[in-house]
Amino acid sequence: MEKGHFKISIADTIDQTVEWITINFSSIFDRFSLLIDNCINLIIYVLTLINPIVLIIILSIIAYILVSVYMSIFTLIGFSIILNLGYWLPMIETFSLVFVSVIISILLGIPIGIISSQHKQLSKFTLPILDFMQTMPAFVYLIPAIFFFSIGVVPGIVASIIFSLPSVIKLTILGIKQVPKEIIEVGHSFGTKTHQLLFKIQIPLAMPTIMAGINQCIMLSLSMVVIASMVGAPGLGAEVYRAVTQIEIGKGFEAGIVIVILAIFLDRITQKLSIIKWKDGGRL
Amino acid sequence: MKYESCIIGLKNVTKDFSIANRKKNTNLKENHEDLAVSDVNLNIYKGEIFVLIGSSGSGKSTLLRMINNLVIPTEGEVLIEGRNTQKMSHNEMLTIRQKKISMVFQSISLLPHRTVISNIEFGLEVQGVKKSLRIKKAKESLRLVGLNGYEYHYPHQLSGGMQQRVGLARAIANDTDIILMDEAFSALDPIIKRDLQNQLLDLQSKLSKTIVFITHDIDEALKIGDRIGVMSQGKVIQVGKPEEILLEPINEYVKKLTNDINLQKLISASFFHSLTSEAKEKLIKKYNTQIEKLLETVK
Ligand SMILES: Nc1ncnc2c1ncn2[C@@H]1O[C@H](COP(=O)(O)OP(=O)(O)OP(=O)(O)O)[C@@H](O)[C@H]1O
Ligand SMILES: [Mg+2]
Repeated sequence: MEKGHFKISIADTIDQTVEWITINFSSIFDRFSLLIDNCINLIIYVLTLINPIVLIIILSIIAYILVSVYMSIFTLIGFSIILNLGYWLPMIETFSLVFVSVIISILLGIPIGIISSQHKQLSKFTLPILDFMQTMPAFVYLIPAIFFFSIGVVPGIVASIIFSLPSVIKLTILGIKQVPKEIIEVGHSFGTKTHQLLFKIQIPLAMPTIMAGINQCIMLSLSMVVIASMVGAPGLGAEVYRAVTQIEIGKGFEAGIVIVILAIFLDRITQKLSIIKWKDGGRL
Repeated sequence: MKYESCIIGLKNVTKDFSIANRKKNTNLKENHEDLAVSDVNLNIYKGEIFVLIGSSGSGKSTLLRMINNLVIPTEGEVLIEGRNTQKMSHNEMLTIRQKKISMVFQSISLLPHRTVISNIEFGLEVQGVKKSLRIKKAKESLRLVGLNGYEYHYPHQLSGGMQQRVGLARAIANDTDIILMDEAFSALDPIIKRDLQNQLLDLQSKLSKTIVFITHDIDEALKIGDRIGVMSQGKVIQVGKPEEILLEPINEYVKKLTNDINLQKLISASFFHSLTSEAKEKLIKKYNTQIEKLLETVK
């Protein structure tokens, strides 16, 4: 073992590649970075324009309409606590970060999922990549993200997209694959073209599963906020991170609880959105 | 009037599902029991209801699906109005499926995410028919199956019998010359089944389509079939009018199939009325002797 001591230089190769990309594509990255930054600032601006109490009431009403009275009460109390603890702005920042990252994941993930589901060869190729993306420790993505986008909210979002995108793609593929073959046969028997079968049958029937993927994506993005804060993303993660580095147990818990409240709210709301009228009977 | 023009022709049609396996494992010898459908020759004429009957696994569904090419025949020719489906381009096949042949399935066949009315519209929508015309036709055929008022229900809100009727309405709305029905009524209770059979006969007298109908139920076959084809182990072993199947069964299998028919249903079946009194007597006599035999064994 000692004698050969040949080592594949993965680290060197990746370092060099990242450097090369940084040098050659820096203007594209800068533009992307600016765009994302502006989007997030706009969302934060709009949300902070609304009086917190008004916003809490609006959220409670949404929870009541979509979920239940209990969820509405939870929302009312939960967000009042957030306001009272003084985490309102970080909460808005975190929400905006998650929102933008989820939107980008959906815009990329659903088309990639649909295309992969249509080509068996392609999905053989994409699935291992997705597994890789999901199991790679998320911290690792931060390093090249910093290189490309420097410090701030954007590298955090990029890392969060890489981490949460696979769930959208995977569940889109799964949802389309799960459509019963009897129903596909019905489609064929009426002479549907490939795109008609896809858009009139496969995608609508896959919708509940795709929505579950989006729900998962939101939860994963939310779990990335702390990690994202290590590269300078603002929000609740930054509060937790500060508390950890300064060993302030109480503060850490406070910020943690705020994340939990936000998570529960987003989870229940999106879960309800994914229950679709025609599926009420449970027959598919 | 009938039997003048052949609309579906099957020539030496064979389907072997194991052919892909055999290519991998060339040692396997040709085994005829592997054939789902084996060398079938059959002509189906414009305007008739042709019933395929036979035990489970005899290849009925496979044969039916080869008519609209959902299953591609391994050998032989399927002719739709004289044109070989195997020689059609993909687009021609789509047109055939859109405008010439529609299909009614046994079970889960309604699109769960669409309301009743938009399920019925589906075929027309695929063809690119205008929305207003689609709705009009869909409503018409919904009325034909007696389900008006259920336009905006979802399939899961309907009973099994209603769902079957929607499936039938969907096929009718397409206004194709040929309707393929794969055990369309077999999951239903006897009363609904009888209603639907009557509805089908009624519709047939109005619309005069060509219908290929699969069933396990000999009474159903006798009731609705202009002609009956009996399938066993991938082959069509006998084709004939109901009375021919009953009076001149070609072998033990067909004899067994026709042994325990329901006499009352037989007498109420429409083909029975059009028989000569001689044939009627013959039929009744046949089943009379059976009843007498039965009585003897009871004694
Ligand atoms: N897609 C398929 N792949 C492999 N074998 C098949 C396939 N479809 C049918 N078979 C086989 O072909 C034979 C005939 O099947 P088919 O479904 O046509 O029978 P059937 O007469 O319709 O039976 P049932 O009355 O139960 O519906 C069976 O042995 C079945 O296992
Ligand atoms: Mg069958």
